[in-house]
Amino acid sequence: MHGPRVFLDHAASSPVSAPVLAAMADAWGVPGNPSSLHTAGRAARRVLEQARESVAADLGAHPGEVILCSGGTEANNLALLGAAGADGRILVSAVEHPSVLEARRVLGERVGVLGVDAAGRVDPAGIAAAVGPATRLVSVMWVNNETGVVQPVAEVTAAAHAAGVWCHSDAVQAVGHLPVDFAGSGLDLLSLSAHKVGGPVGIGALLVRRGVRLAAPGFGGGQEAKLRSGTVPVALAVGLATALRLAVTRLSEESVRLAELGDRLRAGLAAVPGVRVNTTSPASPAIVNLTVDGTRADDLLMLLDAAGIDCSTGSACTAGVHQPSEVLLAMGRSLAEASGSLRFSFGPATTPGDIDAVLGALPAAVERARSAFAA
Amino acid sequence: MRVLAAMSGGVDSAVAAARLVDAGHDVTGVHLALSKNPLTYRSGARGCCSLEDSHDARRAADVLGIPFYVWDLSDRFDADVVTDFVDEYAAGRTPNPCLRCNEKIKFAAVLERGTALGFDAVATGHYARTRQVDGRVQLLRSREERKDQSYVLGVLNQAQLRRSIFPLGPDTSKAEVREEAAARGLYLARKPDSHDICFIPSGDTAGFLAGRLGEQAGAIVDDRGELVGTHAGAHRFTVGQRHGLHLSVPAADGRPRYVLEVSTVTNTVTVGPKELLAVSSLSGIRPTWTEVPVDGPWRGLAQWRAHSEPMPATIAASADGVQVDLDQPAHGIAPGQAVVYYDGDRVVGSATIARAAA
Repeated sequence: MHGPRVFLDHAASSPVSAPVLAAMADAWGVPGNPSSLHTAGRAARRVLEQARESVAADLGAHPGEVILCSGGTEANNLALLGAAGADGRILVSAVEHPSVLEARRVLGERVGVLGVDAAGRVDPAGIAAAVGPATRLVSVMWVNNETGVVQPVAEVTAAAHAAGVWCHSDAVQAVGHLPVDFAGSGLDLLSLSAHKVGGPVGIGALLVRRGVRLAAPGFGGGQEAKLRSGTVPVALAVGLATALRLAVTRLSEESVRLAELGDRLRAGLAAVPGVRVNTTSPASPAIVNLTVDGTRADDLLMLLDAAGIDCSTGSACTAGVHQPSEVLLAMGRSLAEASGSLRFSFGPATTPGDIDAVLGALPAAVERARSAFAA
Repeated sequence: MRVLAAMSGGVDSAVAAARLVDAGHDVTGVHLALSKNPLTYRSGARGCCSLEDSHDARRAADVLGIPFYVWDLSDRFDADVVTDFVDEYAAGRTPNPCLRCNEKIKFAAVLERGTALGFDAVATGHYARTRQVDGRVQLLRSREERKDQSYVLGVLNQAQLRRSIFPLGPDTSKAEVREEAAARGLYLARKPDSHDICFIPSGDTAGFLAGRLGEQAGAIVDDRGELVGTHAGAHRFTVGQRHGLHLSVPAADGRPRYVLEVSTVTNTVTVGPKELLAVSSLSGIRPTWTEVPVDGPWRGLAQWRAHSEPMPATIAASADGVQVDLDQPAHGIAPGQAVVYYDGDRVVGSATIARAAA
């Protein structure tokens, strides 16, 4: 409210950068529906396909493998429902984003859940036994959205393929922060979102390996390879491509810088009693998740907000009510531990001064949150 | 001052928060999630803990430009208010859950958590006044008599009142609140008032109690002990009730009969003529005092429902609580109700009615 604010919730949505805004401003001026056959349509399609090729090039994919859609959630829905079809089964990890895990609501018992260890990782060796005759797909995220922990995607993919099923990874929190090479990964399906890397909200993509046939969950004009219908937003696609190019270009440099910010935060946290860092290596350099003993995460969030710092509890809300983290519960943490966790996530604008601001505000916030917890 | 504004999603608490912002306070809105099942949508009737209300409260806070959070107090609400409500009915008494919520939740759990988090006071949209006199905070009726809510705040003590703000305060009328909300661009300006018990959105208290307590058919007897009918469950009756008795034996004198007593121990409902409902002696337990305990006897006014007529009475401390003797007998006073006593417009304290006698 007063003075400059510290924004450490890039994993929720990272601000759109100036070059992305400029590129989109130009693209919004392009008239026409990219599916139209006339001159205006061709002009729009030219811009759209250029964006698609850019995305493909940055992720080691073929342009025809890039299915544009509204974002990470839709990409995940397409992958899971498309692979399951009318009677297939899928296997997902216990720490997936709700846009994967909640496939249970639609597929019911056709969704199997793979447990994780105390660090939040899936054991690839367990996959063979979990795959049954009707299983079509294993879905394990690249980077966990709450903890930042990296899953053994290569081993999971190998295990899925050995068992004769496809492998999908929700890479929404990996793209732009870790090197992601779709072809090299061996994955059949990969989800990404623009606004986690400084692009606009409202666009993302599902990468679909050539030869993988999915059942379209929706219907309409069949614009995106008959898998996803709806007029493709050209300017948003340009925003995605521009943001991704920026992120990929500076990735190696930026990942070192963010890792240093993370180390700075961890080092400072050591001075605050009763804090446990849940983000263990290998992890995204952009996320640090911690549990503060004897607190409610929503109290901490409120106190830090009042101190000028935006961060997240990481986990979902039901009707605005903070819920214990399903991810931490799956990692074997207690209800109390899962109710007192915070996520700090970094982006291009994050500075060492931002980290120092957190470390400056946290001890008093923790003390207050503990007394409120006891009240 | 750092103020925590409890925002129910209704128009009163939204305008209350807005006035605090105008007054220059550092205001944070908080909506209390009290229901165990916050995903229940209500249509028509509304209470204070539905999902829709939570959205409305958040929208109002956003319009005011203040931080807003939802606090989950459903466990404490269930233990301190809902369970108490059921237990009281099970014991044949008629509790007021709104008073209980103010006493145990809004001005206790919320106030304690808020204070620990660095807030100086809690504000609500109640229609009541406070004023400082000789270093004490007095609680007074709103001058807007029809909306006055001092009765449901009568359970508050001095420590609670010192940290409570009622910005609708002295004399705002409901119409003025709605007008003010509209002028402030709050779309809930036309939202209807809540009347029902928030955790019984259907309004079917008897059905709710039957679900919690089960139902057992029993006897309805008259004041001489004669069997005059049967009932499907004693919880369906409250003292003073006239309708829905379905008595099989007509009264000898043909006059209407009223519920005089509900005994959940014997599962018997006693009915009789209206004059037997008249009571003038109230024994109250669990007394509370807004400022300091008053031994008395003293002359004041007693009120036992949110909008019942205040009645002249003599009030005095007793061995286990408070004795209230009404100047004129009154009808329909049930054990379990709270009696709130006033000195003029000033709330002095409250007690739970344990016995009411002629």
